[in-house]
Amino acid sequence: MTSTVLKPRRQRPRRSTVLTIGMLAAAAYFLLPLFWLVVASSKTSEDLFSTFGLWFSGDFHLFENIRLTLTQDDGVFLKWLWNTLLYAVTAAGGGALLAALAGYGFSKYRFKGNRTMFMIVLGAVMVPTTALAIPTYLVFSEIGLADTPWAIILPSLVNPFGLLLMRVYVEASVPDSLLEAARIDGASEFRIFFQVVLRLLAPGFATVLLFALVHTWNNYFLPLIMLNDPELYPITVGLARWQGQAAAAGGASGDLIPLVITGSLLSIIPLVIAFLFLQRYWQSGLVAGAVKQ
Amino acid sequence: MTATTETRTSRPESAPGGPGRKRRGDRRTLAGYMFVAPFMIVFLAMFALPLVYAAYFSLFREQLVGGNVFVGLENYTRAFGDEQLWTGIGRVGLFFLIQVPIMLVAALAFALALDTGLVRLKRTTRLAIFVPYAVPGVIATLMWGFLYGPDFGPFAQLADWLGTSAPDFLGPDLMLGSLANIVFWEFTGYNMVILFAALRSVPTEIYEAAAVDGAGQWRIAWSIKIPALRAALAVCMIFSIIGAFQLFNEPQLMQSLAPTVIDAAYTPNLYAYNLAFVGQEYNYAAAVSFVLGLVILVGSYAFMFATNRRSRR
Repeated sequence: MTSTVLKPRRQRPRRSTVLTIGMLAAAAYFLLPLFWLVVASSKTSEDLFSTFGLWFSGDFHLFENIRLTLTQDDGVFLKWLWNTLLYAVTAAGGGALLAALAGYGFSKYRFKGNRTMFMIVLGAVMVPTTALAIPTYLVFSEIGLADTPWAIILPSLVNPFGLLLMRVYVEASVPDSLLEAARIDGASEFRIFFQVVLRLLAPGFATVLLFALVHTWNNYFLPLIMLNDPELYPITVGLARWQGQAAAAGGASGDLIPLVITGSLLSIIPLVIAFLFLQRYWQSGLVAGAVKQ
Repeated sequence: MTATTETRTSRPESAPGGPGRKRRGDRRTLAGYMFVAPFMIVFLAMFALPLVYAAYFSLFREQLVGGNVFVGLENYTRAFGDEQLWTGIGRVGLFFLIQVPIMLVAALAFALALDTGLVRLKRTTRLAIFVPYAVPGVIATLMWGFLYGPDFGPFAQLADWLGTSAPDFLGPDLMLGSLANIVFWEFTGYNMVILFAALRSVPTEIYEAAAVDGAGQWRIAWSIKIPALRAALAVCMIFSIIGAFQLFNEPQLMQSLAPTVIDAAYTPNLYAYNLAFVGQEYNYAAAVSFVLGLVILVGSYAFMFATNRRSRR
């Protein structure tokens, strides 16, 4: 069920210049801050203040800024990058697998409480992050899990939106007849899932994985309250801390500002690349999700 | 499991539960539970239990003398009469009313424009509009904070060059708008992609038939595409309600740039956060976040109810 099958475009060479210009203007707006970020990363702190923000200055300082960012506070930035990667990959991977299993279970099996449980999980999206984070923090500090990586990974494993998408995706792409055939061949329910179903779910799985990855990568609130040790920070909290130090010190610590800017640039590159490379997957995954929503 | 041979004659799954199929049905039921169990266990431990715990301790009050005292619904009556909380809710309500319609209309317009096939560089523009979604909210806020800023923000520099001064984006009058712009920048592309994906699943024959009947692109968009997007738009809307009322990252980070404009109760989530982690008032903070949850719930249901009524008419 990919977009190309659903909609073979007729040859229509006609193009609208007005629409194209309008869309290019929109694209320019969305790219502007990123362009600024690239330009600003290439400047010394003096040049940041003294030259025009949206164009390069004569002095190309990018590599020096990267070196400074990576070595500030004994290389804590690399640690943050590693933490972010660790939290995001484990939480997103585990969360996507849980969502796939449960989405399949909710979609293909009838059991008592199926609908009720599913609706409760969906209703959970409405719960404000603070309502959840405050008690979680209290419980975790009680059992000694606050200020450890688990405090970030465990709560991030729950992905209600992923579950919804997985269920929709199972319904759209796993035919009952296939399951029946596998059962007649004597395959156990779990073998059917891991050897037949999971393969059919690949695009949906990639979609859920990618969005969960973004979600954890971008998470700020949870690590902000859970972690005290700067060695455990993900990039978001670390950069916010540098920014806070820079703002608090005013002009005196202007040297931190290029590091915040360069650090921002470094930390968005992996996600942008992931989205570009996995485009085919998440786009077809979303189409399938949209069919039934 | 000897009964399996006679029940092998497979019937479609939609008609289970005949008398002879009982045992097999049991096994299937068990398998169903096994599939959802891992998710549900983590959900219970990380979601349901903390919430129940929070609901429980929102009924207490920490006192200097006597420790935790049961106070019943006192924290809730306090929250319902708390002016700071309701100012914050009013503020995010206003934010929602202004920011979300603009964002969804823009996302819809972009999705429809891309779907007409009349735009050159379609893939590039679509990616450009979507790419901010891959940027963490923290970094988006830091970037826009620098861009808005009076020191080396390009807007201030341009205004300076033209001999005037740029509007004070971080001042009390424009702050909410500046925040709205950041959220717009972050999420328009995401909504566009969802709507665009939904449009791709509309069969083309309908458009061809409409075109044969003499309908132009505007007419097709208005009479076929937008109605077909109703469900996807509702999903975008619900997520936007939740997102707007839970606004936290952007104002929390802007606080360091504009400490006098953004106070501790600027948004309800910021208020609950400050109550809990600055003021150590965990009990009251829990009550405040439940009241916020209630507001979100009522808002979402009111929206769903209104759209359902309209579609039935």
